[in-house]
Amino acid sequence: MASEEKLAYWLTIPALLVIFLIAFFPIFQAIWLSFHKIQLQFPQLGTPFVGLGNYQELFKEPRFWNAIKNTFVFASCTVILEFIFGLILALLLNKSFMGRGILRTALLIPWAFTTVVSALMWQFIYNDQFGILNSILMKLHIIKQPIIWLGTTKLAMISAIIADVWKTTPFMALLLLAGLQVIPREMYEAALIDGASAWQTFLRVTLPLLKPTILVALLFRTLDAVRVFDLIFVLTQGGPGNSTEVLSYLTYIKLFREFDFGVGSALSVITFLCIMGISMFFIKILGARTT
Amino acid sequence: MEKEGIKEKIGFYLLVVIAFIILAFPFYWIVVTSVKLPKEIVSSVTLIPRSISLASYYQVFKQQPFHIYIKNSFIVAGLTTIFCLLVGSLAAYALARLKFRGRDLILSLVLTVSMFPPIAIVSPLFLIMKKFHLLNTYPSLIFPYTTFSLPLTIWILTSFFKELPFELEEAAKVDGCTPLEALVKVIIPLAAPGVFTCAILVFISAWNEFLFALVFITNNYMRTVPVGITLYPGQFEMPWGTVFAAATIVTLPIIIIVFIFQRRIISGLTAGAVKG
Repeated sequence: MASEEKLAYWLTIPALLVIFLIAFFPIFQAIWLSFHKIQLQFPQLGTPFVGLGNYQELFKEPRFWNAIKNTFVFASCTVILEFIFGLILALLLNKSFMGRGILRTALLIPWAFTTVVSALMWQFIYNDQFGILNSILMKLHIIKQPIIWLGTTKLAMISAIIADVWKTTPFMALLLLAGLQVIPREMYEAALIDGASAWQTFLRVTLPLLKPTILVALLFRTLDAVRVFDLIFVLTQGGPGNSTEVLSYLTYIKLFREFDFGVGSALSVITFLCIMGISMFFIKILGARTT
Repeated sequence: MEKEGIKEKIGFYLLVVIAFIILAFPFYWIVVTSVKLPKEIVSSVTLIPRSISLASYYQVFKQQPFHIYIKNSFIVAGLTTIFCLLVGSLAAYALARLKFRGRDLILSLVLTVSMFPPIAIVSPLFLIMKKFHLLNTYPSLIFPYTTFSLPLTIWILTSFFKELPFELEEAAKVDGCTPLEALVKVIIPLAAPGVFTCAILVFISAWNEFLFALVFITNNYMRTVPVGITLYPGQFEMPWGTVFAAATIVTLPIIIIVFIFQRRIISGLTAGAVKG
């Protein structure tokens, strides 16, 4: 027994070491950095302790609150849309029909795309002169003039949301489909015998039984949406006029364009706290569900 | 009654077809754009190319050392996969099949790491890499990639290892195997499908990573594909043909792998989520 325990510790040490050295230690260091003034281009200034100075500086900046707002808008819109489309796709795929296998295979296409490639592709689709989106909308006579998708402040955010929904809805659909498939068939049969309509069955049987899977899927997707970076970096560069500048992108700008590691690290810590807060929230609901 | 059934059926298939087009069209679109002549791309929107040309593919390798990006991506993603499986399978074996105190604590630590935003640790890691002269080297990417893929690896492997019957180790013990030998000789070969699934998922996520690759690598000859692909746009014009030729080169192999192993990938992706 004791030897089994010893072996278990030896086996887990490498993984724990990696996790502590490259995830936990840097987080503490980021917190430490966020309390100091650190200008990478001016090493002669040293790294004086400024307490919460970096945070105060951020809270006074409208640009910071703009990034918070954009992150919130982006994350909530993408997750809600992905959930709706993901659920529709999962319900479709849970039926047996001709071509089901093909649709399920197609589901993996957006997932297999590198985010950078998907962002470039959407940039091309949105192009105001020779993008296919405008071309289709004009042929269908929905619009008369080409729309400048990425060049106007309101549309740029919507464009980024659409691009993200395309890329990540399949993951949501796959998770929900897996959840649907473990619902026992008898449940549906019982509902049918009780004379429940399809809509009633969905509300009273499918949704409640799918709830744990839904929560896990929403948690994963929310965390990913809050830390979005690649898509914004390639598609809009945060523009036009900071209208799509999210928290991760602003952090990147502060760290690697302005070389302000103090303020940048404060932003890192804020992002980290947001993520942890969201996780706790979801895990609390999940925990309440399962116990 | 019957008429309604037909209407419903048409509606259903319409939905399926629309879903299929939205999912699959973009892939078709990048491949088609990559073989069009640059003139055609910027003149009108043509669903089927008027002529086929490989000029853009030539430009991919002429304008940037794209073959070197591919090589770098292979090395980084390959080594990440190997490290991840080595470290991850040891931990997963302990978590799945050995009794010890602190098991739940370790599992929750692993789960916490899976939620870490990379942007939150990029600043300290950058300073550490700089201090140890690791910027512009493969390890500067392999270390963080391994860390961020470990939770998924441990999660999937633990669930696969758990499914094997517990009599296996006892039989191995009778045959004179130590637990470690039992892991290498019995458990891993039997869990091979799980290990393989895991390898594909880790490889793809390392292959796609962008943030660390962007900030830790500034030497053009050490760059990986995702960052390399963003370097084609010129100051004033976007060479769409070249960009999508490069995109096709890196997306096509991944799509083929994903299609071949789709069942495994789907089971791997959903392994953790449904069981809780």
